[in-house]
Amino acid sequence: MSESLMMGLTIFVLAMFAGFEVITKVPPTLHTPLMSGANAISGIAIIGALLVTGGGNTTLNIILGVVAVTFATINVVGGFLVTDRMLNMFKKKDEK
Amino acid sequence: MNLFETVMALAYLIAASLFILGIKYMSSPATARKGNLLAAIGMFIAIVVTLLDKQIIDYSWIIVGIIIGSAIGAVSARRVHMTGMPQMVGIFNGFGGGASALVAVAEFFRLASETNGLLPMDTSISIVLSIIIGGVTLTGSFIAFGKLQGFVSGSPIQFPLQNIVNSLVLIGAVLLSIYIIAYDVNMVFFYIVVGLSLLYGVLFVIPIGGADMPVVISLLNSFSGLAACATGFVVGNNILIIAGSLVGSAGLILTQIMCKAMNRSLTNVLFSAFGTGEQVAGTTQAGGDKTARSVDAEEAAMIMGYAQSAVIVPGYGMAAAQAQHAVRELAELLNNRGVDIKFAIHPVAGRMPGHMNVLLAEAQVPYNLLFDMDDINPEFPHTDVVLVIGANDVINPIARYDKSSPIYGMPILDVDKAKHIIIIKRSLNVGFAGIDNELFYDPKTTMFFGSAKEKVQELVAEVKKL
Repeated sequence: MSESLMMGLTIFVLAMFAGFEVITKVPPTLHTPLMSGANAISGIAIIGALLVTGGGNTTLNIILGVVAVTFATINVVGGFLVTDRMLNMFKKKDEK
Repeated sequence: MNLFETVMALAYLIAASLFILGIKYMSSPATARKGNLLAAIGMFIAIVVTLLDKQIIDYSWIIVGIIIGSAIGAVSARRVHMTGMPQMVGIFNGFGGGASALVAVAEFFRLASETNGLLPMDTSISIVLSIIIGGVTLTGSFIAFGKLQGFVSGSPIQFPLQNIVNSLVLIGAVLLSIYIIAYDVNMVFFYIVVGLSLLYGVLFVIPIGGADMPVVISLLNSFSGLAACATGFVVGNNILIIAGSLVGSAGLILTQIMCKAMNRSLTNVLFSAFGTGEQVAGTTQAGGDKTARSVDAEEAAMIMGYAQSAVIVPGYGMAAAQAQHAVRELAELLNNRGVDIKFAIHPVAGRMPGHMNVLLAEAQVPYNLLFDMDDINPEFPHTDVVLVIGANDVINPIARYDKSSPIYGMPILDVDKAKHIIIIKRSLNVGFAGIDNELFYDPKTTMFFGSAKEKVQELVAEVKKL
């Protein structure tokens, strides 16, 4: 097993635990915004897509990359905006 | 590590911390918006830093992709109705999973052309995992979107030997993947793996009923994170692994919560085609000789207007009828009359976890009036009147004792313990689970027949006259 793989697995397991810790504290009221916000974060694949598209690859790879960038951007931009729109509606009593 | 690489690695670390902090801020409605903003800033930092990477030599196509993606994302985020949120989240998920899979495919092509013979095993395993999980997320989410939006039939689509066919598709994809990893980088097999993954996403979601889609969407949310994780292993980037596992665990937790709220196992949701009515054959008899009492708007308004405490139980029927604004007006009027008013939200009240809260927030119901099942249940015995709007199975007392009932063991709102119950419903028909509700015939219950929106508006008018 390569060193970088071991490192990756370590990070993966620890991040899973960190995720469970913070996410279990989110109250049911906010589960929909949580899901759409988390969803936007999963658009992080955009990083990989950017590297593929701009990396001076073959035409086929550039096409795959552009589609990936488009998909991931929809996920990121749409996800964060829609979450913000929802959270903006949550108002306390007597708060206008 | 040179200076630039160090700066980059640190920037990714900051981005990852912002993601975790962002989710942490979501633990309260007061700070949640800030949390979302922090996560978005994290994403922005990660993207900018990547764009500065010297591996990137051509920006033209990147700009095209970002412009198209931003336009589609922004417009759909602005236009979507709150009732349509589950399918919106679902389809965004699909795009995320699809992006991960595409990156893995592109990496495979690049590596296959550069290497003679087998790819390094950890890379090739990550690539096929990313493609299988991402591919299933992509097509599965599209089908889930179609079901919720009504493009695809919401009822379970079944065919003979379905579970066997589905398993064979998945096993086929895995076996061919093993061949590619361990024996030979075979391009034809690779294309078949991609195809089978996409096919499996479709097959996996079509037999699941529309009302079980919340579970599916939570699960696919988790998958989209895991696909990003796998892609992180492919391109050797830790931030993908961190962000992906955060999303993966969020999806898993929400999936588990939804299953628990329905008292069904994940396997049961995924493989039993619930909602076809088959499982409940024999338990479905109409009211028979039992009688339900009905009430008119004036009397219902009297009961509610002179109560000390009232709890409103909204179900998806309320949202489907777009009655939430009328409900908010009713709650305000009662509150002004000195009635202590609360909303009781069952975990599966909407079409995704927490959906009902968003719908009520949109109607400007303050979030501190919304109570979860566990918090509100002890209050029902000293509640004067409960108004049920468009909910049925989640208040059915049969879930407590009848072991033969399909909803046996499902946690319910203890509405039957209140002093008086008013149920707005079109008829005495059965709900999603296809079973009769004895609460309708309880002497404490009065039925207020009609469509949710009209009836609540009538109530509002009558309460104003009091």
